[in-house]
Amino acid sequence: MTFFLEQLIIGLSSGGIYAIMALALVVIYKSTGHVNLAQGELAVFSTFIAWTLVQMGVPIWPAILLTMIVSFIGAVILERVVIRPFDEADDLVIVAVFVGLFLGIHSLAGAIWNYEVKPFPSAFSDGSVQIVSDLSIRAHTLGSLLTTCVVLAATWFFFRYTRLGLALRASADNHESSRLVGINVSFMLALGWGLAAAIGAIAGVMIAPVTFLDPSMGLAPLIFALAGALLGGITSPFGAALGGLIVGVLEAMISAYVPYGIEFRELIALLLILSVLLVKPAGLFGELVTRRV
Amino acid sequence: MTTGLNEPANRVHEMPDFRPSARFWARLGYGAAAILFLAATGTLQGYELFLASSILSYAIAAMGLNVLMGYNGQISLGHGAFFAIGAYSAAICIDQFGMSFAFTPIVAGIVGMAAGWIIGKPALRLEGVYLALATFGLAIATPTILRSDLFAQWTGGVQGLFLLINPAPKWTGLDLDQSIYLTVVVYFLAFAYVTLRLVRGLNGYAWLATRDNPIAARAMGFDVTKAKTRAFVYSVLACSVGGALQAVAVQFVAPDSFPFFLSISLFTAVVVGGLCSPLLGPILGSAFIVLVPNVTEEVWQGGSWAVYGAVVILVMAIQPKGLAGMFAWLKFKVAGQSGS
Amino acid sequence: MLKTTIATVLGGLLASGAAMADNYDEGATDDEIKFGVIVPLSGPASAYGSVGHCFEGYFNAVNDKGGINGRTINVLVQDDGYNPAKTLEQARRLVEREGVLFLAGDLGTPTNSAIHRYMNQREVPQLFITTGASKWDDPENYPWTMPYLPSYAAEARIYAKHINEAIPDAKIGILYQNDDFGRDYKDAFIDQLEDKGMVVSEVSYDVTGATIDSQMSTLKDSGATVFFNIASPKFAAQAIRRAGEIGWDVTQFLVSVSNAKSAVLDPAGLENAEGIISTQYLKAPSDPAYANDPDVKAWHEFKANYFEKGSEGNWWDWACYSSAFTLEHVLNEAGDNLTRENIMAIASNLDGFEAPMLLPGISVNTSADDFSPIEAMSLMKFEDGNWTLFGDVIAVD
Repeated sequence: MTFFLEQLIIGLSSGGIYAIMALALVVIYKSTGHVNLAQGELAVFSTFIAWTLVQMGVPIWPAILLTMIVSFIGAVILERVVIRPFDEADDLVIVAVFVGLFLGIHSLAGAIWNYEVKPFPSAFSDGSVQIVSDLSIRAHTLGSLLTTCVVLAATWFFFRYTRLGLALRASADNHESSRLVGINVSFMLALGWGLAAAIGAIAGVMIAPVTFLDPSMGLAPLIFALAGALLGGITSPFGAALGGLIVGVLEAMISAYVPYGIEFRELIALLLILSVLLVKPAGLFGELVTRRV
Repeated sequence: MTTGLNEPANRVHEMPDFRPSARFWARLGYGAAAILFLAATGTLQGYELFLASSILSYAIAAMGLNVLMGYNGQISLGHGAFFAIGAYSAAICIDQFGMSFAFTPIVAGIVGMAAGWIIGKPALRLEGVYLALATFGLAIATPTILRSDLFAQWTGGVQGLFLLINPAPKWTGLDLDQSIYLTVVVYFLAFAYVTLRLVRGLNGYAWLATRDNPIAARAMGFDVTKAKTRAFVYSVLACSVGGALQAVAVQFVAPDSFPFFLSISLFTAVVVGGLCSPLLGPILGSAFIVLVPNVTEEVWQGGSWAVYGAVVILVMAIQPKGLAGMFAWLKFKVAGQSGS
Repeated sequence: MLKTTIATVLGGLLASGAAMADNYDEGATDDEIKFGVIVPLSGPASAYGSVGHCFEGYFNAVNDKGGINGRTINVLVQDDGYNPAKTLEQARRLVEREGVLFLAGDLGTPTNSAIHRYMNQREVPQLFITTGASKWDDPENYPWTMPYLPSYAAEARIYAKHINEAIPDAKIGILYQNDDFGRDYKDAFIDQLEDKGMVVSEVSYDVTGATIDSQMSTLKDSGATVFFNIASPKFAAQAIRRAGEIGWDVTQFLVSVSNAKSAVLDPAGLENAEGIISTQYLKAPSDPAYANDPDVKAWHEFKANYFEKGSEGNWWDWACYSSAFTLEHVLNEAGDNLTRENIMAIASNLDGFEAPMLLPGISVNTSADDFSPIEAMSLMKFEDGNWTLFGDVIAVD
C-alpha cells in the first residue's frame, strides 16, 4: 500500500508540472488558436534566465518574479516579430514556424548556457513532510502542487470572469468581429503569448530543482503536457490541468507496475494523444472548435 | 517573386507544360540528369560517393514526405520513425537472413508500408495541427522503443546492428562504395519516376483537391479517405526505402542514429527544398540537411539546429516555395517562361 | 588481411628500434602532423564535447612550446551530434578529404562502433578513444582501435568481487541507464557475482526521461540491501538524493563516471552521499586533497590558459588531459617515422608509462595483445564530505 501511495505522490508531483505547462498551452490556444510546440523550450529558456539571476545573488522568489516579467516581455516581442506575420497562414506553415522556433530557442539556450547539467534551487524549503510511518512527501512537491492549483485558479478565473479574458477568447475566435467590437486584436495576441510564457516559466522553475537544469529538460515534459492538455481539453484550463495530473499519475503507475513500462512511457503518451484525438477530439472537458469551410 | 504572405507555400500547383516541344526537352533533361547520376559512380570517390548516397537516400524519403505534406497538405513531424523502421528492416534482413543488400530496400518498403497502414489508419482521421502533434509524439517515442529490451533480440538493442555489405562481384570492377552508390541511384531514379507519374496523374489532382477543399472534392467524387491514405502510404514507403539505403551506406544502425531530431530534419528538408516541387525540392532539401551542418561548423560549432530553425522560418516568410522555388524564379528570369 | 596487419604491427615494433629514414603516411609532413577528433558538439550529449576542445587546447599549448620534433600539430575537431551515421560521415571526411594521420579521443560507444570497421579496413588508427566499453580491447580483430579509459566491465567486476567478499548475503538492487554504457556495467557486474540470485531488482531509465523517482521507489520496495547506481551524472545525483528522501539507507555503489563531488554529490546533498563506495583512477582537480599535487596544478594551469571550456566537475575533462599527454608521448617517440603502423606500434608498446592525472600506482600499459591502457583502479568511500581511498590499487583484466 505504501508503495502505491508513493507512486501516486510521484505521479501527482510530475503531473502537477505537466498541468502547469498544459495551462500555458491552453492560454496560447485560447488566445491565438495555435498549439505552441515550442512551449517547452520557452519554459527552459525562462528557467535559465532565473538560474542566471540566482547565480548573480538574487533570492529565489524575486528571481522567479523577475523571470516571469522578462519572459512575458520576451514572448510579446517574439509573437510580434516571428509569429504575427504568419497569423492567418495555413496549418503547415504555422507548424513549420513553430518547429523553427523550437530549434532556434533550444540552440540559443545551449549556446548561451552550454549543455552541462546545473542544479537549481527549489522555491520551497528543502525538507520533507512525514505523512505516515514510511511515507513522506517533499516540501517541494507540496509547494509545486499548490502552485499548480493557484495557477489553475488564476487562469480559469481570468478566462471566465474577466473582461480581458473574454476579449482574448473573442479575438482568437474571430479577428474581424472582435475588431468591430473594439477589441485590439493585435494586443490580445501578444498578451496571450506573454501570459503563456510567464506560466511556462513557473513550470520550468518547478521542474528544474527535481531534474536539474539543462537545455534538453523541456522535451519530455512537453510531450506529456501536450497529452494532458489534449486529454483534458485544450480549451479548458480545468480540463487541461486535470489532464496533466492524470497523465502524470498514469505515467508513474505504468512505470511501476507494467513490465517494460518505463521504456514505453513516451509511447503511451503518444497512444493517449492519438486515442483522445480520435475518440473525443475536444478532450474530456473541452469544446469542439468548428472550422468554417 | 511572390512573397510568402500573399501566396502561402502549399497553394502552389505544379502544372506540367503540355506543349510537345516542352515535353521533349523536359524528357531530355531528365534523361541527361539520370545519366549524370549514374555516371558519378565512376567519377566520384569514396567519401564523396558516401555523401551522395546519403543525400539521395534522404531525397527518396523527402520525395515521399513531400507528397504527403506538399501535395496532400498533411503534416508529419514523425517520419523519422518510418526511416528507422526501414533501416532496421534492412539491417535485420542482412543480419538474420543473410539477404543481399540490394534487395533489402524492397523488404524495408513492404515492412514500412505495413507499419504505415497500421499507424496511418487512426492517424489519418486527424487534421492539421493534431496530426502534427501525434506524429511529434511518435518521433519522440521512437528512440526509446528502439532501445527496448523487448525487441533487442532482433534490433541488437542499445548496441545496434552491423550491416555486412558485400560489394558487387569482381567482374563489375566496382568497389564497395560504388556498389552501394549505384544501388542507391537505381532506387532513386525509380522513385523519381514513380513520384513524377503519381503527382502529375490523377492521384496528384486528387491529392491537391483534397488538400485545398476536402468537402468540394468529395462533392466532385474524389474519395478523400483513399487519397489521404495513398499519400500517407507512399510517404511511408519512400521513407522506409530511404532509411534502408542510408543504413546500407553507413553499414550500421543503432538507436542513437534515429533521434527525434531526424524527424525534424526530414521535415526541414521538405520545407526548405520546396513544398510542391516533387523532385528538385527533395534533392535540394536533402543536400541542405546533409551539407549545411558541415558548413555551419566552420562558423559556429554545434549550431546546426539553430540554422535549421532560422532557415525554416525564413523560407516560410520569404520564399515558401523553398530552394526549388528560387531555382524556378531564376529560370523565370532567365528564360522568361513559367514552369516548375 | 588480419594476419598481414598483425605482422605489420609486429614488424613496426621491431623496425621502430632501428633508425628509419623520414617516413610519412598521409597527414604527416616535415612541418605538420594532422589528426582528427570527433565528439558531440551539438545535441543532448554535447556536454561531452569539451573533450574535443581539450585536445585542441592541449596541442595548442604544445605548439606554443615548439611543437613535436619541430612539427606543428594540427587538431581537427568535428561534430557528430552523437549520431553514429554522422560519426561515419565525419570520419570519412577526415580520413579521405582532410587526410588526417589518425583519429584520437573520439567519444561514445555507438559512435565509435559505427566507424571502427571502416578505420580498421583503411588501416587508420582510432586511438585512445574516450569510452570505457569492454569491446574495444580486441587487437586480434581490430588492431587499429585502442581505448584509453579503463573498461566499464572491469570496474563493475571490482564492485562484484568486493560484494562477494565483504557482503556475501547482499540483496542487490540495480538502477541502470538504458544504453550500452549502463548495460555494459550491469552485465559484467551480474556475471561476476558468485550468486546471481543476489540481484533482487533491476530497473532501467532512459536519458530522455525526466525523473527516476518511480524507479527508486521500485528498488526500495524490492527489499534490496545494496544499491548499485549505474547512472550518468545527472541521474546519479537524482538517485542519490531520492534515496535519501525516501529513507532508503543502504550501501551504495556508484560508477566512477558519476562520482565527482561538485558535479554530482553536492547537488545530491552531501549527507545523502555519506558512505557511497566507488572507484577511481584519476585525481580529481576539485578534490582539496590534491591541491598541491603537481599534476593537478598543471591541469588547472592548462584549463586557465588553453581549456576554458573545461570544468573541474567533469571527469572527461581530466581524462582527456591524460590521454592527450599520452598521445603527445607517442608522437614524440615516433620521431620522423610518422607512419600509421609505427604510431600503433608505439601506442601498443607502453610499459609503465606515467601519464598525468592517474592515481599513484596506476600507469599506462599496453602490449600487442593488450590494448587496454589503464587496468587498475582504487576503491574509495565517501566519508565526512570527502572521498577517501581504501585498499590497494586493484588490477583488473
